[in-house]
Amino acid sequence: MIDYDLVAQGNQLALSRLLTEVENGTQSGRKALDDFFIKSGRAHLVGITGAPGTGKSSLVSCLTRVFRQQYSMSVAIVAIDPSSPFTGGAILGDRVRMRDLAGDPGIFIRSMASRGALGGLANATAGVVQILDAAGFDVIMIETVGAGQNEVDIARLAHTTIVVDSPGMGDDIQAIKAGILEIADILVINKADRPGVENTERALRANLDLGHTVMMNHNAGHATVISEIESQRKDWIPPVLRTIATQNSGITEVVSSILDHRRFLEESGLWAVRDQERLRTEVEHQLREELVERWRKTVPAEKYEEVLKKVYARKLSPGTAILTLMGDYSL
Amino acid sequence: MAEKKVRVLIAKPGLDGHDRGAKVVARALRDAGMEVIYTGLRQSPEMIAEAALQEDVDVIGLSILSGAHLVLVPKVIELVRANGQNDVQVFVGGIIPDEDVEALLKAGVSAVYGPGTSTSTIAQDILAKVSVD
Ligand SMILES: Nc1nc2c(ncn2[C@@H]2O[C@H](COP(=O)(O)OP(=O)(O)OP(=O)(O)O)[C@@H](O)[C@H]2O)c(=O)[nH]1
Ligand SMILES: [Mg+2]
Repeated sequence: MIDYDLVAQGNQLALSRLLTEVENGTQSGRKALDDFFIKSGRAHLVGITGAPGTGKSSLVSCLTRVFRQQYSMSVAIVAIDPSSPFTGGAILGDRVRMRDLAGDPGIFIRSMASRGALGGLANATAGVVQILDAAGFDVIMIETVGAGQNEVDIARLAHTTIVVDSPGMGDDIQAIKAGILEIADILVINKADRPGVENTERALRANLDLGHTVMMNHNAGHATVISEIESQRKDWIPPVLRTIATQNSGITEVVSSILDHRRFLEESGLWAVRDQERLRTEVEHQLREELVERWRKTVPAEKYEEVLKKVYARKLSPGTAILTLMGDYSL
Repeated sequence: MAEKKVRVLIAKPGLDGHDRGAKVVARALRDAGMEVIYTGLRQSPEMIAEAALQEDVDVIGLSILSGAHLVLVPKVIELVRANGQNDVQVFVGGIIPDEDVEALLKAGVSAVYGPGTSTSTIAQDILAKVSVD
């Protein structure tokens, strides 16, 4: 059973068990999301994405230390790694690079398996983040799977998205293809001790200029709001910063940039806009699930199967099948 | 929607620098459908207990080659229990002399696996011992 007071008091066992309930989508997990919702919305959600091995975990570790030591901010870290599509198992290895963070009660690290989700996060990541937010962490860093290409979900979840690149990743071609630059609020070139860092930076900056107009699509979907904020968004030019995570070099600049971005979002009103975008998506998502579940309850299972069989036999299209059923059974 | 996975922390306490065995076991457990949190070399008992707590694991697998198991393992168990994780099972793998196995079991270890144990045996054993509801 979940003890809400304990979670609010910073009891790590209670928090940890609650996160498991949320991750597993249990009844008490869902109830906790409802109960904790009003307390959420305070934390700064920072996403870290980029190709495998670019140094995301190492960077998260360094950034966290600065948040703790220089700003006394509490930090939660959610690190997602892929589940095997065949066995459903996973190896979650991001903690290996975060060993320096051990022993600080102001830091909470949680590893998550993607459990079949493809956008770089797990389906339950938003819920886990909401609980950590309500539990009072000042900053929540979310490290995505890092499979590249279409990891744009993080931009929808986070206030500030950091895209990490490193020399020798075949940048000139990759950056354009990935489209991932479009979601970057801050670009970090890690492993700046490696040869080729100038080329990487040149390629990134070139693509950044190309992508500048595209970047408005970040908040696509609500044209009126977008046109209002478009001009403001232009005021934030994503900085390109070099770091060497293994030598703790360039880290304070990234942290300053994260805090600058937060200030920018707040002063421009975009903090609220992003929050509203995210919540609108969430409401629509849950509405869809709820409607489907309710309607399915009105349809007798054998009737549903009967219509499905006609689809299998290519006598009905899926679309016609649904319309037929909905004609017979309404909410 | 609802799904429950067995979560396992694989940790290497002590000072020896070999993690091949631990990695092989980690992969075998993943292949058996478990979510394996791997934390790397040279973990102190405090670090292991903290990770087990934050990750809400069902199982801790300790890989020890250094010979310090009689100190390290009971310490880990003590810390984990002090954190309130009373149901977490602790497994030990590595080079453990026969005469020490009894002591480890007494300290609360669920099973000890010698170097010859097949990884599928370990995986099945863990799945059998951890009740998942
Ligand atoms: N030379 C150099 N190596 C680094 C630097 N930062 C990280 N590394 C190394 O790069 C490797 C990968 O680092 P991680 O932090 O695990 O990278 P990641 O992006 O989190 O990796 P995944 O989570 O597996 O995608 C490790 O061996 C690090 O030690 C750096 O600035 N310079
Ligand atoms: Mg990582």
